[in-house]
Amino acid sequence: MSYTEIERQWTTRLRRRFVHLLPPEKLLPDTQPTYVSSWIYVFGVTTLSALVVVIASGSLLALRGPQWWHTSSVGHFVNSLHLWSVEIFFFAMVVHLWGKYFMAAWRGGRALTWMTGVVTFLTSIAAAFTGYVSQTNFDSQWISTQAKDGINATGAGAYFNVLNMGQMLMWHILLLPLAAVVLTALHVLLVRIKGVVPPFEEHVEVNA
Amino acid sequence: MPFTHVAALLPLDTLGHYLHWHFIEISVANFIVIVLMVATFITALVAPFPGRRRRKENQ
Repeated sequence: MSYTEIERQWTTRLRRRFVHLLPPEKLLPDTQPTYVSSWIYVFGVTTLSALVVVIASGSLLALRGPQWWHTSSVGHFVNSLHLWSVEIFFFAMVVHLWGKYFMAAWRGGRALTWMTGVVTFLTSIAAAFTGYVSQTNFDSQWISTQAKDGINATGAGAYFNVLNMGQMLMWHILLLPLAAVVLTALHVLLVRIKGVVPPFEEHVEVNA
Repeated sequence: MPFTHVAALLPLDTLGHYLHWHFIEISVANFIVIVLMVATFITALVAPFPGRRRRKENQ
């Protein structure tokens, strides 16, 4: 294969584009700017850590099934771990959102980073909702029967039936977690590409 | 402490408590979570971050 042919390969061009966009030192940086050493910058990674626990505990629940999480003490523990990691996930994500909102984190060409965060937040709400209706208990029955009228009023009920346990479970354990994880990965990569948003510059008035 | 004693401290089989203010209706549990989030947000803005001064001095 000639040099020109290698140069024209889509794999070569794609790799060069990726490396140009996100060189290894930007993908896994050694240091961060000084302004990042503030508690307000901690909540993004807290959300990410909680997501890891959510996925891990959810995988354990999927392995053993409802009888296990309803009847055994270990099952109760993992079930609670799944719930409370979701609580921490949303808690940290909301504080992260407030922090970024007041920093106007879409500055400096970071609009796509902001928008992927917004869509991830909305996807996570849908993922949590389908989780609540997939618990296989009286709580999930209550929530689904209360939610059906609202969902049906939007017209989405024809495709998204909250009373269909199988459909809700599939959305909860496959489609929505996949979307949330892919969007989160994209969000983190965009943060790496563009860098963490700096604080607003101080405007110093100089008296003549 | 046995689990039943802990459960007695936090009874979950009773009706929820709600706050009403004009058209706003919110459960006490959700209100507490929102208050905690606001408190965490304000604390994160003002609390000193460990090692921040040392990092600034090194620069």
